Amino acid sequence: MESGLDPADLQAVWLTLKLASVTTFLLLLIATPLAWWLAHSRRWYKGFVSALVALPLVLPPTVLGFYLLLLMGPQGAVGALTKSLNLGTLPFTFAGLVIGSVLFSLPFAVQPIQNAFESLGKRPLEVAATLRANAWDRFVSVALPLARPGFLTATILAFAHTVGEFGVVLMLGGNIDGETRVLSVAIYSHVEAMEYAPAHLLAGGMVLFSFIVLLGLYLASGKSWQVRK
Amino acid sequence: MSWIRVHFKMQLDSFELDAAFSAPPLGVTALFGPSGSGKTTLLRCIAGLERTTGWLRVNGEPWQDEKTFMPVHQRPLGYVFQEASLFPHLSVRANLEYGYKRIAPSERKVKPEQVVEWLGLGRLIERKDPARLSGGERQRVAIGRALLTSPRILLMDEPLSALDSNSKREILPYLERLHRELQIPVLYVSHAMDEVARLADHLVLLEQGKVIASGALQETLARLDLPTAHFDDAGTVIEAEVAQHDEKYHLSRLDFSGGHLWVSKVAQPFGTRVRARVLARDVSIATQAPQGSSINNILNARIEEIRDEGPDKVIVRMKVGDTHRLLSRITRRSRDNLGLVAGMYVCAQVKSIALMA
Repeated sequence: MESGLDPADLQAVWLTLKLASVTTFLLLLIATPLAWWLAHSRRWYKGFVSALVALPLVLPPTVLGFYLLLLMGPQGAVGALTKSLNLGTLPFTFAGLVIGSVLFSLPFAVQPIQNAFESLGKRPLEVAATLRANAWDRFVSVALPLARPGFLTATILAFAHTVGEFGVVLMLGGNIDGETRVLSVAIYSHVEAMEYAPAHLLAGGMVLFSFIVLLGLYLASGKSWQVRK
Repeated sequence: MSWIRVHFKMQLDSFELDAAFSAPPLGVTALFGPSGSGKTTLLRCIAGLERTTGWLRVNGEPWQDEKTFMPVHQRPLGYVFQEASLFPHLSVRANLEYGYKRIAPSERKVKPEQVVEWLGLGRLIERKDPARLSGGERQRVAIGRALLTSPRILLMDEPLSALDSNSKREILPYLERLHRELQIPVLYVSHAMDEVARLADHLVLLEQGKVIASGALQETLARLDLPTAHFDDAGTVIEAEVAQHDEKYHLSRLDFSGGHLWVSKVAQPFGTRVRARVLARDVSIATQAPQGSSINNILNARIEEIRDEGPDKVIVRMKVGDTHRLLSRITRRSRDNLGLVAGMYVCAQVKSIALMA
């Protein structure tokens, strides 16, 4: 092929986008209530939860991947459960990758949203309560729109972080065409096989894509916002 | 209509709140006290924004007791915070209508047009970004937003204290108008006596989490056993009626049961009820009607009580007419020279009067 990209590479691009989209979507669903709880709870175990959520920031991805592999494998607790449900085991499947990515990118989604909720303070919610809004209404009509910059940051970080993920995927998913072979792994394989032309194309494409996504979101947000890690 | 009955207790580190009072079902009740006296906390307990042990009954309906705690959003109240706290993501109109949309259509007794008129919001309502309004404008929108929930009680937490003096002057006439138009009770937290004298009908005095006095404004301000009578700006309030305009000298005559007061000409037509605040330091006492005095306002009064105030001063409470009181701060020497005692009839000379709409 003249372009230097074979169909497997295109499939890797597609798989990466799919993984990042699914992961980001699930992360927003999980991170929003978690961030709300962390922003408002005064329970003694809040510190433990915060530390657990932040753990992927400091752990090498291979460590996380290793434990997930054990946990979801045939001998692991999760693996035993999925087998008993006739779902097989999760490693080396797309679903397994999604779980790994969600855990790995959790702090990147939780922390910006949590910061946004915390910086709101109590006042807007109190005002809404005195204006007859119940708890859910207050959350939807006041907290969510006012935390928008935090959600934007969380979305970008979660998506970008998943696109760039390598270690967890390699430990957990290997290199199966159309199932777990994402871009970063494909680039790695090409380089290992001394195929520099497709590696260049994929790597360069990724740089360009990431830049365009970030630029678009910065421009769309209209306001300056900060990425806090 | 039944009175609002309140009793709350709260222990917060070194601060202890144990406050009970009743407020009339109409008019403005001021919760007045120095900062740290617990007045804002008390108001937040009434709104349900703080949860503590206590008892609260509004319109005969229990909002809180041993068994009940009505959540904030179910209480038919309006709350105006110290800072306007408009929602930054909503337009001025959407801010105004936030609560209005959340009550049943049959409950919407206060209409947006009314609020726009009362608070002069006509030119503000189409503005998109509430952050670009002035402080006074924002607070007017916040008051309108609270009123549009057709509350059965309005709670205001120092709504003027975050404003500069110009914004305060701009907003006070609107508050006075609300005072006349609204047929609901208002609880107004303040530490500024001039606001209280202007707006309140009923006064609840707080000190270190306790209610030390509660009663009609005019009577309570005249009580010499309370700290308010010993402030530098101690004084009383007289409700009077505009009775005559003197075009030649640009003066107006205000009549009340204790006589009349001449003030700089007012814009109000005859028959308008106005409030005049007379400070103790602006009232002097003569035992006979003075001859050749430049003072326009001399009222016949009877001394009711005299209290020492420091080594050199005394404060005198006098009754004028049926119900009105004046305070006068004079030196101890003057009291002894004139032989002033309770029960004596005297002439109260009023040097200056602050007219409050």
